[in-house]
Amino acid sequence: MVRPLDFDSTRLPSPHTGESHEAWRRTVRAFVDREIAPYVNEWDERGEFPRALHRKAAEIGLIGLGYPEDYGGTSDGVDVFHSLIASEELARAGAGGLIAGLMTHGIGLPPILALGPEALKRRIAPPVLAGEKLIALCVTEPSGGSDVARLKTRAVRRGDVYIVNGEKTYITTGMRADYLTVAVRTGGDGAGGLSFLLIEADRKGVSRAPLPKMGWWMSDTASIRFDDVEVPAENLIGAENQGFAGIVANFNMERLSMAAQAIAFARVCLADAADWALARETFGKPLAKHQVIRHKLAEMLRSVLAAQAFLDHCAWRVKNGVTPVAALALLKTQASRTMEFCAREAMQILGGAGFIRGCRVERIYREVRVMAIGGGSEEIMLDLAARQSGL
Amino acid sequence: MKLLVPVKRVIDYNVKVRVKSDQSGVDLANVKMSMNPFDEIAVEEAVRMKEAGTAQEIVVVSIGPEKAQDQIRQALAMGADRGLLVKTEAETEPLGVATLLKAIVEEEKPDLVIMGKQAIDDDCNQTGQMLAALLGWPQGTFASKIEKKDGEIHVTREIDGGLQTVSLKLPAVVTTDLRLNEPRYASLPNIMKAKKKPLDVKDPSDYGVDLKPRLEVLKVTEPPKREGGVKVETVAELVDKLKNEAGVL
Ligand SMILES: Cc1cc2nc3c(=O)[nH]c(=O)nc-3n(C[C@H](O)[C@H](O)[C@H](O)COP(=O)(O)OP(=O)(O)OC[C@H]3O[C@@H](n4cnc5c(N)ncnc54)[C@H](O)[C@@H]3O)c2cc1C
Repeated sequence: MVRPLDFDSTRLPSPHTGESHEAWRRTVRAFVDREIAPYVNEWDERGEFPRALHRKAAEIGLIGLGYPEDYGGTSDGVDVFHSLIASEELARAGAGGLIAGLMTHGIGLPPILALGPEALKRRIAPPVLAGEKLIALCVTEPSGGSDVARLKTRAVRRGDVYIVNGEKTYITTGMRADYLTVAVRTGGDGAGGLSFLLIEADRKGVSRAPLPKMGWWMSDTASIRFDDVEVPAENLIGAENQGFAGIVANFNMERLSMAAQAIAFARVCLADAADWALARETFGKPLAKHQVIRHKLAEMLRSVLAAQAFLDHCAWRVKNGVTPVAALALLKTQASRTMEFCAREAMQILGGAGFIRGCRVERIYREVRVMAIGGGSEEIMLDLAARQSGL
Repeated sequence: MKLLVPVKRVIDYNVKVRVKSDQSGVDLANVKMSMNPFDEIAVEEAVRMKEAGTAQEIVVVSIGPEKAQDQIRQALAMGADRGLLVKTEAETEPLGVATLLKAIVEEEKPDLVIMGKQAIDDDCNQTGQMLAALLGWPQGTFASKIEKKDGEIHVTREIDGGLQTVSLKLPAVVTTDLRLNEPRYASLPNIMKAKKKPLDVKDPSDYGVDLKPRLEVLKVTEPPKREGGVKVETVAELVDKLKNEAGVL
C-alpha cells in the first residue's frame, strides 16, 4: 500500500510501545501543536521562549517524566520509551533550542537524585519538577569539554563550606538557571578527584555572560565564572571525589535522548522535503519524479529507518536494566550523521526556499553541529566504542 | 448528577483521507485514529462539571472496535471515572447507536447525556437527536455553553443568525459544539492512573440490540478536484456567468 512520507510514516512501528505510550504521544503532540509550534520561529528569532512554558510543561507531566512521585514526578508505569516519545514529539516542532532549554533539568537533576543527600533532593527536585525553578549542568570548561577527567574548577573545603574558583562554558540555560549542578575538582588530578556541587546561581561571586551561537537561539548558553564562591558543604552531591561515575552515568542517558531527537529532526527534514518534492514542478514534472531527487528521498528514508531500529533496540536494552555504553556511543553518532545527511539533502531539495529563514529545515541545518559535538562529540563517541571493543 | 458521555473512535482530523481503490469506503489501514473532537469537548465539559461539584460520576461509553478502548482510556485520563465498551466490528450508524445508547441509559440511569454534535467521519449529526427522541427526553443541541440552574440545564445553542438559550428539565441529552470549551491534555500521571480505572467490555447482544447496518453504501468517491478560478473584468460579466454558467441566479 502506498503511504506518503510524513513524520509518522517515517517511523517504524515499535514492538516496545503500548497504549500508554500512544496516549502520551497524543498528549505531547497536542501540547506541541497548541503551545509550541505556532511560536517557534518568533521565539528563535527573539532568542528566548517564555519561562511560563516550563510550568505548562510540568502540568502535563513532561518535566516530571521518569522522576519519582516523592519529588513531584511520574515514574509509576513509565519507561524509557515514554521519555523518547517526548523527545521525538518535541523535535517535531523543528527547533532544537526549545528542547535544550525546556528540558535542561534532564541533565542537571539526575546527578542530585542519583547521588545527593535526601535533604538536597527534597529542597531542589520538587520546584524543578514543578517547572518553577531551572537547573543547569556545568561540566565543560574553556580549557576543554571532551576530556572531562581533566577539568580545573576547584572547590576547597574550609570548615562548613567549599570555596569555588574556576570557569564553565557552553552551559545550556546557564543564564536563566536558579541552580547549577557543577563538576568541580576537590581532590588530586584525574577522574578520581572530581565531585559534584550544587551551587545556587545567586551566590556572591557567580557571574555569567551569554554566548551568541550558530543555532539553538531560543535556548540560552552561558559562560559562568566562580570567584571565591562560598557554598555550604551540605550542597555536596554524593561523596567527595566520587563524581566522575555520576558524570559518565548522566552522559549515557543524555546520548540516548539526543539520538531520539536527532532522528526525529531527520524525519522532519524528510517529511518537509517530500512535501516540497511532490508539489514543486521543474522541467515539466514534480521534483519527486526526477530520479535524482526521488533517490535522495529514498536514501534519507533508508538512513532514518536504520537509525530508528538501532535506537529502539538500545532503548529496549536500557529498559531491561542494561547500559550498553559502546552501543549508545555509536547510536549517538549514527543519529547525528543521519540528521546531518537528511538536513543536507532536504536543503538541496528545497533549493533557495530552504536557505530562507523561517522553515524547519533551515533551522535544523544550523543545529546539526551541536548535535554532533554536544553530549560527547562524534570523535569521542567513536573512540569510546573502539576502547570498549578492546582496540 | 451522573453523566454519561459517549465517545467515538474516528480517523484523526489531521489525516488526509484516501478512498479505497474499489470505492467501497475509505482506507483505514495504518491510519491514525483518535477520539472524535466533538466528543473530546463533551468529556471536557463533563470533567469540568465534576470539578465544579455539579456532577459526581462520569461514565464514558464507546460503541466500536476493540481498539476503541484507547479512546475510552483517553477520556478516563482526562478525568472520567469508568468506561464501557460495547464491542462491534460493524460499521456503526446513528439509529443503531442511538438504540443501543438508549438501552445503556436505561441501565446506567444518568441525569445527563453529553455527546458530540456529530462525528467527523460520517458527519451525520443525528445520534444525539435520535437518542433524545427514543428516550422521550428533552434535548439541547449544538451547545456553546451549559449551565445548571435550579435543577434545570440551560444550554446556549449556536444557531443560524445567533445564539439561543433553552432550559431543559432533567434527565436530558446535550450535544456539544466546537466553542463550548478547549479540551485539556491528558497528563502523564493521569494516563497512568487511567490504566487502573474500570473498563467493562460488552456485546450489543447483552442489550438485545442488533447493530446490523440499515444503510447500503453504493459508492464512495473523492470530492471533485477544485479547478483554478477565473478573474472577471466587470460586474456585468460576473452576473452573466452566475446566470448562464453557474445557473445560480
Ligand atoms: C550549544 C551547546 C550547549 C552545550 N551545553 C552544555 C551544558 O549544558 N553543559 C556542559 O557541561 N557542556 C555543554 N556543552 C559543551 C559540550 O558538551 C562540549 O562542547 C563537548 O563536550 C566538546 O567539548 P569542547 O567543545 O571543549 O571540544 P574539545 O574537547 O576541545 O574538542 C574539539 C574537537 O576535537 C575532538 N577531539 C577531542 N579530543 C579528541 C581525541 N582524543 N581524539 C580525537 N578527537 C578529539 C572533538 O571531537 C572535537 O571535534 C554545550 C555545547 C554547545 C555547543
